[in-house]
Amino acid sequence: MVNPNVQGKKYPVTNPYLVGREKIREFAHAVKSTNAMNLDVFAAQAAGYSDVIAPPTFAVVIQERSLAAVLADPEADIDFSRVVHGDQRFIHARPIVAGDELTSQLEVASVKSLGAHSMVTFETKIFDIDNALVCTAISTLVVRGDE
Amino acid sequence: MTHINLAALEIGQVIGTTEFLLTRDSLVRYAGASGDFNSIHYRDDVAAAVGLPGVLAHGMLTMGAAVQVAVDWVGDAGKIADYQVRFTKPVVVDPVDGAVLVVTGKVGAIDAENRLVRIDLAAVFNETTVLGKAQAQVRV
Repeated sequence: MVNPNVQGKKYPVTNPYLVGREKIREFAHAVKSTNAMNLDVFAAQAAGYSDVIAPPTFAVVIQERSLAAVLADPEADIDFSRVVHGDQRFIHARPIVAGDELTSQLEVASVKSLGAHSMVTFETKIFDIDNALVCTAISTLVVRGDE
Repeated sequence: MTHINLAALEIGQVIGTTEFLLTRDSLVRYAGASGDFNSIHYRDDVAAAVGLPGVLAHGMLTMGAAVQVAVDWVGDAGKIADYQVRFTKPVVVDPVDGAVLVVTGKVGAIDAENRLVRIDLAAVFNETTVLGKAQAQVRV
């Protein structure tokens, strides 16, 4: 069982993540994007972006960095081998752009139990170098209990 | 502003359907690009050992591919303001044939004042819907 006392706990701000143009292209190909905004610098600039922008789900890469701290936290007591991804949401204040330096901070929004299972919802706020909010990533993991 | 004519849109209107072939190669590529190296996404023995019917696609790969239907419609990945899904069924990826994911987007709601259109995405694998409440709010 996940420790219910970690509800409301905030984890430290992650080290800045530098968003690379080729990382965006690699991720875009992986999610089968053919959108020029993800791949073509000239097209993205013609649309008003400073460089290629990331696909809508790229923020998961940043979220995972914050999540790693929780999964390693003995107080939270989350057994990763029993984790199933329940749902996911990304609320974008603006798209992530190549060249962005992003930090993130995760808060455990809720811990609920469903019989032997636990449902943990994490809210990760992603900020740019000016500390402006870029994206809020909300993720719910289901942690299976002992059968 | 985009090329979308809000006045001509109707609730329930289909904005596009795309067939995505997810192969084992797709899973390895997504693992590398995302950093999610959970071995149930590329090792049959590990998938079997934890009681799965086979190697599964990353839920985040299914989520990431599905939204492309909305992205292709609006023409700009940066117009997706809010996107959520629930992972309801696994996508089992056959080592030879892969898995075919068919995604259809429909207009779910229109907010003319704020120029937001909600696109509801149906992601179907093997005649089963694999994402629940898959909704993208698109700035038009």
